Amino acid sequence: MDIKVALVGNPNTGKSTLFNRLTGLNQKIGNFPGITVDKKTGFMKLPDGKEAEVIDLPGTYSLYPKSNDESIVFQVLADKTNSSFPDVIVLIADASNLKRNLLLFSQVADLGIPMILVLNMIDLSEKQGTKINLIELAQRLGVQVVSISARNNIGIDKLKQAITNMNKVATQLQDVDVNVLAPEAINAIKSKLNTDNDYYALQVLHQHEYLGFFTQQEQNEIEEIEQAHHFESSKIQAAETIARYKHLGSVLSGVVTETKTTEKFATNNKLDAILTHKVWGFAIFLFILFNIFNAIFAWSTYPMAWIESGFSFVTEVGHNYLPQGMLTDLVLDGVIAGLGGIFIFIPQIAILFAFISVLEDTGYMARVTFMMDKIMSKVGLNGKSVVPMIGGLACAVPSIMAARNIENWKDRIITIMVTPLISCSARLPVYILIISLIIPSQKVLGIFNLQGLALMVMYLVGIIAAVLVALVMKFIIKTKERAYFIMELPIYRMPRWKNVLFTMYEKSKTFVFEAGKVIIAISIILWVMASFGPGNRFENIEKKYAPALADTTKPTTHIETLMASEKLENSYVGILGHWIEPAIRPLGYDWKIGIGLITSFAAREAFVGTMATIYSVDGGDEDTSTIRERMASSVNNQTGLPVYSFATGISLMLFYAFAMQCMSTVAIVYRETKGWKWPIIQLVYMTAMAYVAALIAYQLLK
Amino acid sequence: MKLSNLKIGEKGTIMAFTDLDLSVKLMEMGCLPGEVVEVERFAPLGDPMAIRVAGYQLCLRKSEADVIIIQ
Repeated sequence: MDIKVALVGNPNTGKSTLFNRLTGLNQKIGNFPGITVDKKTGFMKLPDGKEAEVIDLPGTYSLYPKSNDESIVFQVLADKTNSSFPDVIVLIADASNLKRNLLLFSQVADLGIPMILVLNMIDLSEKQGTKINLIELAQRLGVQVVSISARNNIGIDKLKQAITNMNKVATQLQDVDVNVLAPEAINAIKSKLNTDNDYYALQVLHQHEYLGFFTQQEQNEIEEIEQAHHFESSKIQAAETIARYKHLGSVLSGVVTETKTTEKFATNNKLDAILTHKVWGFAIFLFILFNIFNAIFAWSTYPMAWIESGFSFVTEVGHNYLPQGMLTDLVLDGVIAGLGGIFIFIPQIAILFAFISVLEDTGYMARVTFMMDKIMSKVGLNGKSVVPMIGGLACAVPSIMAARNIENWKDRIITIMVTPLISCSARLPVYILIISLIIPSQKVLGIFNLQGLALMVMYLVGIIAAVLVALVMKFIIKTKERAYFIMELPIYRMPRWKNVLFTMYEKSKTFVFEAGKVIIAISIILWVMASFGPGNRFENIEKKYAPALADTTKPTTHIETLMASEKLENSYVGILGHWIEPAIRPLGYDWKIGIGLITSFAAREAFVGTMATIYSVDGGDEDTSTIRERMASSVNNQTGLPVYSFATGISLMLFYAFAMQCMSTVAIVYRETKGWKWPIIQLVYMTAMAYVAALIAYQLLK
Repeated sequence: MKLSNLKIGEKGTIMAFTDLDLSVKLMEMGCLPGEVVEVERFAPLGDPMAIRVAGYQLCLRKSEADVIIIQ
């Protein structure tokens, strides 16, 4: 790596678009060393043939952090030993809102790292009548200024050239004297840390608690300096901000001229008048939500059917042509069955993320946040909780990470605690399987699919549960911190379709690889547990049926099925399922469902894979019908009624709606809350809720 | 007068803040003494509100708008 470039900028300035433009598919996501915040890095070739590493830092309005994510910016820029410490900072500013964007520029510039200022969305701001004298601006700031449009791929080459031309030494002019804000404390820090940078010293005074590279002794000494000189953080921050804006006012005077300010936001206002209207706003939001659910169900029917029949074709062909034996069975009934259970959900995940991506890209999601804040704050949440909760429809794991944007600790904890109740894509396979078993496929009122409606009800159940739990937690959790909600409403824009496709691809890939690992592993373990039993039970069963099978005058299919079923019941998995049966009998489940509950404790979607394994073992090799048909036709040996009755189906769906069956979520909550307290509380309350709800449902409906 | 007292379409100039911690956050977002703010709309349930300040649209709760003194 020849040079390290960090991208810094306000939210909504097109930082991520520029990052994608510069690095293309050549990017990876990891963690910053020692901290759990996402680190997006990528690589690009410069015009002189050198290779540059690009680091996308979290968007922030200033170097003073309001959330965990934002605190990363100064942590990286303050620490020369950090592996992400850049040689060059590219600061991205929205050309149409220069003054506010330059506040961050002037703070970062004072840290003394070489910088380039990039004015993004230059085409848009010109259309709005803003004229910027780039040469004059570059002279007044002392850095290269490049105007680009990341969306429309304008000026990217100029930017790469500017990075190539970069000096090793910072050239930006320092015009705001921060030393006057707290001279004694700043000078004491400067001599302590052996630095001559006033602003670095001031920032250390403000933020040293976040800086992990200081030893405990250094932290104590900095704290002593603060105490000795009565360092008042908020007051000094306010004074600094005013001083910087004053300076920027003179920098920008004569550089920026606006010709037609009044019409600048006309279209935006018209759209807002409808989209955030008292009645229409909510109606449109509900309409969009309903369409998302409908699309997830309707559009995915055909691709899902293709995937399903593709996998059953492979299994059938495999059993016909591969040599019979244990390995073939393991591959076909363990691995391939497991893979089928993963791939089938790709269409739905892709569709959901396409919608989320479009809603965020257009700026509509911010309006949803704006509209929902009052409702959300009533139950102890925040308008910003809407994004994690809508994201929870896809997967709780990234959504819980997205809750980092919520500055307030209590709002954030409650959001984290209730997000897994929102029905994620892993529940979708379970819901779909059971709905297809117990709800007839009919049209209601000529348009709505009854199964689709049932699915929507299950999603509503999740949302209502999340709201109720949040309400309870609002009164239980105590905090001194005050909640606030200050947010920029970005202007409406067209979605970037390439970005939508990229998101669909990325999320599907993450699902296949992350959930896939668990599911394949569980499929194999299950196959082994279902194919072997303790002692010589299997031999005895074979001996018992041997005479009947030897009789070639009668068809043997029925006898083979009986034998396979008896073997399954005596396998390790069967024994485990029988063992937990007393606990789940009141919920309406048999031991086979019990096995499903056990295996899907790690990940819900494993339920479907488990059923696939159990019923393909159960059905014998000749039976090539799909799992769904086998499950529908399965009958309770004692009562003679179908196993998947309406009552059992509803009970099972409610169990899956509430239970915390996701190891990844437990892990992410541990990571995000830095301890076991919250993940354990979550695990316990959700499992208890699931059991009680399933019990009540079955007892009422049976 | 407080910013939260303004009606839709009314403008005012920011004079001062009554809360130090919030003032830093608000100033970073462009709400500086001397800036002109205009109330654009209220959320469908009456709170939060959207204002036009420093060339862009900002939304904040009424309780936060309460700390901004305008003229």
